[in-house]
Amino acid sequence: MSGDARRLSPVDVVIVGGGWAGSIMAKEMTEAGRSVVMLERGPDRSTAADGAYPASIDELEGNFRYRLFQDLSKNTVTIRNNSQQTALPYRRMAAFLPGEGVGGAGLHWSGVHFRIAPDDLRLRSRVIEKYGRAFIPEGMNLQDYGVTYEELEPFFDKAEKVFGTSGEAYRVNGQVVGRGNVFAPSRSDHFPLPALKDVYTAHIFRKAAEEAGFHPYSLPAANASQQYVNPYGVQMGPCNFCGYCSGYACYMYSKASPNVNILPVLRRHPLFELRSSSHVLKVELDADGRRATGVTYLDADGQECMQPAEIVILAAFQFHNVRLMLLSGIGRPYDPARNEGVVGRNFVYQNVTTSTVWLDRGVETNQFIGAGGGGVAFDDFNSENFDHGPLGFVGGSPVWVNQAGVKPIGAAHVGGPPGTPRWGSAWKAGTIDTYRHSLRIDAHGANMAYRDVYLDLDPTWKDTCGQPLLRMTFDWKDNDIRMNRYVVDRIGDVAKAMDARQVHLVRREFGSPFDTRQYQTTHLGGGAVMGEDPGTSALNRYLQSWDVHNVFVIGANAFPQGTGYNPTGMVAALAYWAAHHIRVTYLAHPGPLAG
Amino acid sequence: MQGLAGVAACGTVPAFGASAATRPPYAPRFFNAPQWDFLIAACARLIPADIHGPGALALDVPRFIDMQMQTPYGHGAGWYLAGPFMQGADNLGYQLPYTPRDLYQRGITGMNAHATTRHGRPFAALAPAVQDDLLRAAEQGSLVFDEVPSAVFFEQLLANVMEGAFSDPIHGGNTGLGGWTMLGFPGARADFMDWVDRYGAHYPLGSVSISGERA
Ligand SMILES: Cc1cc2nc3c(=O)[nH]c(=O)nc-3n(C[C@H](O)[C@H](O)[C@H](O)COP(=O)(O)OP(=O)(O)OC[C@H]3O[C@@H](n4cnc5c(N)ncnc54)[C@H](O)[C@@H]3O)c2cc1C
Ligand code: SF4
Repeated sequence: MSGDARRLSPVDVVIVGGGWAGSIMAKEMTEAGRSVVMLERGPDRSTAADGAYPASIDELEGNFRYRLFQDLSKNTVTIRNNSQQTALPYRRMAAFLPGEGVGGAGLHWSGVHFRIAPDDLRLRSRVIEKYGRAFIPEGMNLQDYGVTYEELEPFFDKAEKVFGTSGEAYRVNGQVVGRGNVFAPSRSDHFPLPALKDVYTAHIFRKAAEEAGFHPYSLPAANASQQYVNPYGVQMGPCNFCGYCSGYACYMYSKASPNVNILPVLRRHPLFELRSSSHVLKVELDADGRRATGVTYLDADGQECMQPAEIVILAAFQFHNVRLMLLSGIGRPYDPARNEGVVGRNFVYQNVTTSTVWLDRGVETNQFIGAGGGGVAFDDFNSENFDHGPLGFVGGSPVWVNQAGVKPIGAAHVGGPPGTPRWGSAWKAGTIDTYRHSLRIDAHGANMAYRDVYLDLDPTWKDTCGQPLLRMTFDWKDNDIRMNRYVVDRIGDVAKAMDARQVHLVRREFGSPFDTRQYQTTHLGGGAVMGEDPGTSALNRYLQSWDVHNVFVIGANAFPQGTGYNPTGMVAALAYWAAHHIRVTYLAHPGPLAG
Repeated sequence: MQGLAGVAACGTVPAFGASAATRPPYAPRFFNAPQWDFLIAACARLIPADIHGPGALALDVPRFIDMQMQTPYGHGAGWYLAGPFMQGADNLGYQLPYTPRDLYQRGITGMNAHATTRHGRPFAALAPAVQDDLLRAAEQGSLVFDEVPSAVFFEQLLANVMEGAFSDPIHGGNTGLGGWTMLGFPGARADFMDWVDRYGAHYPLGSVSISGERA
């Protein structure tokens, strides 16, 4: 904090970031009677303004000018594949698309809303039990989360009810109740809404997966299949499969977002104050660095302010949380040479490849129809649902058709079948054929954590505030490539049952580095992970900093390694879990909750 | 057979041509005359008019690109353009200090210089097959311009051409919704409640734009 920072009047809780994590924590803290200030660096946003029909139904602005996403010109990351390279700035949006503004990426995500596979929460223990310690590849930092599915179940249930999630259960309270995912753990209740209808491509996939002997189920979707009122009293309308889901605010009020599902209630709460266009620079610590005193931020006028608070909650998104910890000196930075230190350790991503199947030219696949979270998946090769022993890799991958609505600029980039030129008459013919008659199948694999894949501060490049950019050192590893290739072969088995005219299976290739120019997902994880050992985790199992007890860090940064699922269901459950323990224990007895 | 829908769309190609001819000519604001000639010639090769549907010229893609150059995007909004600038492996992405406007200025100069050196005439004056060869060479990165690798310029151009052909006409391209009709995209309808489970059936309604224009 510089000398001329304006010192504001203290509050109980300051929250950095206005996405799902921040909004859930703000709701919980105000329910506990605490005053909350939420600082969001982007603009204020709402469905009424940012999701108005038809102006918002604009693919160029939504998916190619990134209207609702982070402004990279001010702040980005640097990336390299290994620590021998010089990391270079991520100058244009491509591989991942961080959000910005009130609602965060939750305003314009897709809506696939998963719990977690119980085995994934204790993957290290499970792998050792099943295959022995020697099965873990050299250099893989495999860890447990330090929390069990049974402990998290009430919070998964709560998050689904707040989000208005559509899906079909398999087992509720131990009883088989429906045609849901046979591999999913038992639930305390059904999904709040029935599953969305299958779009045609998902319907074809469901039939073919069944024929191939797998166990398809409807993707759990935070896109409302019917009208819904959530426990906070806010209303959602039924999703109409508009196809403008991922990258857009939902004009139907059907896709769950902090803006629709939580903030309308918070904005009216006397204990809550939202300050948008407020960019947090760092968490301030007391003299011995054991307690946070508040945060310093730049307000909308560029004035530096110090917001004192009893509790600081970082909810700025996975890698922004890690960067704020590094900039503030919270927790010991990770040192890959010694595999010691915790902040920046176990940085992970999502290991996705997409294969394409062309059907008969008499069949229209209508790919423009779709909901972001809708589709059909099978989990036969996810998590520990299959025997890895003879396969020799750790991790797995759900397989799915998740047609969120393919739009024409996107289709033009996809182009035609392999071998089609990228422009000219042949490109036109191939693109039209592919757009009208194909379907796309994802292997949405887990990415394991490795000793030499990590986050730290870049020595060269800075943001517009003069603070160092975060540096990502990331590449795909053989274990994860072998997993992907095995699962994509199973996609080949499904495609055989499809009456396909042509099939193009896309596998991750050995020796082909992580490519920052290709969109993959925004499912970045780890870097400030939770766990039971302060030597390998930055946060305890309540997402509380081991070192500075009044700092809680909520987000996918807490995942010790990746999972086959999309992250947000887990992030929301962890937020409710942490909030519960803050409310029940920490508020009355501030101090370390574990250890 | 549903594929006939594509042929039906082609039937409308002359109509796009005709309406283009009756519109007042567009006066570019960013590109100068030789640059504009290049852009028109290159667009015509990247998306030619053919039996599959209208080409980039009937869709007013050059107009779209010129209009984009006036927007914050044209000036590099949203791109991190702080130095220092260092080149690295291709997979680490774009590392030049240039905005889209800069890339067009430098790229077109480079393309025309190559055309003139090799063939004695600027790009726009060459035969289509020769233009295609030059575009392919640029795509493969085998041309070297002063400050911009030809592949970087080509990718910028191709991306903007695709955007111009298929974005909402509000941005100046996709004239008459011809790009959408060719693909079979219904545009801003964005409501498929009644079609989501009509499996395999051709969607019957034509495209509509944000401003309410119908194909
Ligand atoms: C296109 C897209 C589709 C997706 N689809 C899915 C899906 O189907 N299923 C799924 O599970 N997940 C999906 N995700 C991921 C999902 O959006 C994220 O997991 C989720 O939104 C994370 O919530 P969060 O609150 O942790 O972070 P965010 O939503 O990113 O919110 C963090 C907020 O903090 C703000 N912030 C950052 N730094 C600062 C600072 N220094 N000061 C002040 N504010 C700051 C940011 O501006 C941002 O608004 C998708 C993401 C994208 C981009
Ligand atoms: S697909 Fe459904 S949930 Fe998604 S934006 Fe459209 S109406 Fe909303």
